[in-house]
Amino acid sequence: MRRFLIALSLAALASSGVAYAADAPNDAQIAHIAYTAGVIDISAAQQALKKSHNPKIISFAEEMARDHKAVNDQALALVKQLGVTPEDNATSEALNKGAKAEAATLAKLNGAAFDKAYIANEVAFHKTVDSALSDVLIPSAHNAKLKALLKQGLALFTEHLKHAEMVAGEIK
Amino acid sequence: MPKLLSALIAGGLIGLALLAGPVAAAEYTVVLNNMQFGPTPAGLHVGDVIVWQNDDFLRHTATARDGSFDIDLPPHTKAPLTLTKAGTIAFFCKFHPGMTGTLTVAP
Repeated sequence: MRRFLIALSLAALASSGVAYAADAPNDAQIAHIAYTAGVIDISAAQQALKKSHNPKIISFAEEMARDHKAVNDQALALVKQLGVTPEDNATSEALNKGAKAEAATLAKLNGAAFDKAYIANEVAFHKTVDSALSDVLIPSAHNAKLKALLKQGLALFTEHLKHAEMVAGEIK
Repeated sequence: MPKLLSALIAGGLIGLALLAGPVAAAEYTVVLNNMQFGPTPAGLHVGDVIVWQNDDFLRHTATARDGSFDIDLPPHTKAPLTLTKAGTIAFFCKFHPGMTGTLTVAP
């Protein structure tokens, strides 16, 4: 059952039909997945900052770029301290693939259509990442410091989800 | 002797008056950590100072819902706020709306 749940959550995390090894990820892979998710949201924020003229979207995107960079800086410092080299894996690759497709879709939109699609994707992305953190990444992490940072990340991304839902409601 | 007595009584009255005068402003610290505001102090009065101390590695704000204050708190910084009005003031972080708290300030 646990293996099934892990496979399910990782598949949801990648939001694509890619099949995954049912084994729980190791710490090096977890670090890579968490870092990749951060980089993806920073890139999405940068795209929003270039395209949007809506002050609420701009402010939200600035927050995403700032917060995710802060978490990733912490993650980089931690893996350095632990002597862990983040390990690329199928989940990270699928995440990147999904993000590339989403960025291409968003690139074709402008004005209110872009704003709505960007914030809707932020809601969906944070929901998926939060589920993956709580269901797979945090339970699978062995190192206590990595686990603690992931928990801090989950607390932060839960706030991001609330904020994204709030902004989505405001720009309807 | 009566003069001394009068002086003593007068001195005592002045002392009492001083004791009953305005209470010196107090300073309190509210710590922000792990995406939460720490406990807010009880017994706050107008003139007291709240020092907001952000121990997170993330930027936060302490923002009053009634607009009476909006304190920017970059990571690992602190900033003071002098309470200027009495009442119950709800506050939150502009960036992380689930972070909330309430100040109860007496005149």
